Amino acid sequence: MERIPILKMGDFLLVTIQVDMYDQLALTLQDDLTERISRTSARGVLIDITALDMVDSFIGRMIDTISSLSKIMDAETVLVGMQPAVAITLVELGLYLPGVSTALDVERGMKLLEQRVRL
Amino acid sequence: MNVRSSGTQPIRVEQDVVLARQTARKLATECGMRLVDLTKMVTAVSELARNTVVYGGGGDMDWEIIDDFGRIGLRLVFRDEGPGIPDIKLALTDGWTSGGGLGLGLTGARRLVDEFELDTAPGEGTRITVTRWT
Ligand SMILES: Nc1ncnc2c1ncn2[C@@H]1O[C@H](COP(=O)(O)OP(=O)(O)O)[C@@H](O)[C@H]1O
Ligand SMILES: [Mg+2]
Repeated sequence: MERIPILKMGDFLLVTIQVDMYDQLALTLQDDLTERISRTSARGVLIDITALDMVDSFIGRMIDTISSLSKIMDAETVLVGMQPAVAITLVELGLYLPGVSTALDVERGMKLLEQRVRL
Repeated sequence: MNVRSSGTQPIRVEQDVVLARQTARKLATECGMRLVDLTKMVTAVSELARNTVVYGGGGDMDWEIIDDFGRIGLRLVFRDEGPGIPDIKLALTDGWTSGGGLGLGLTGARRLVDEFELDTAPGEGTRITVTRWT
């Protein structure tokens, strides 16, 4: 079965979404990530969606769920790399992702996570 | 109004949703759609194609590139012979879902296109036509 890889970078986990998402893949990622957070005691999760040219309500919900799950497990989530056209579309779709922090790129996302975790 | 080209593709299983998005992206590019408009159209396709699979029990997507006195548009029809939608008004309410979704697919898709037409009745299947002009 196809899986989205999860990389460990210090106290954080990095997920780079590079494939055309379909529903089963999104659900698998959710499970894998939850398991990895608990196993590695990661303090933060970076989800990089630079390669995604579209985010629909299904992927949006996956991002939201990952962020909520992480919070429960005492880890922060930062979403990075959302393309402007994707952001505009998400708002019109009616998906605001209120609980999700965002940053422009991975580097800034890491900085944001470091600040959050130190608080 | 002229139809420049047209076609049909099946939307039966989850992977077909990905294929439908790819086709819509290619067609929208052919139409010369701007990136933001193209992204909106492809996102609407993702929502509607998923509904066709999940709620309609599978169906088809018909596509047409149309020319209305020089104005180019992409028109897509999602049709299935599933259970239909009993309460259209309810289904077109933000946040309403009969399944476990976010209930933003139909309403969101409607906002993301220029023209949206829903034709359905209980037991008669569902047919949704969307158009985006360049
Ligand atoms: N093709 C279809 N056939 C039957 N019912 C449908 C179809 N498309 C949508 N619906 C109904 O409309 C509701 C709202 O759809 P949507 O806005 O996409 O939200 P969601 O997919 O999150 O449930 C669905 O829960 C379903 O009951
Ligand atoms: Mg839906």
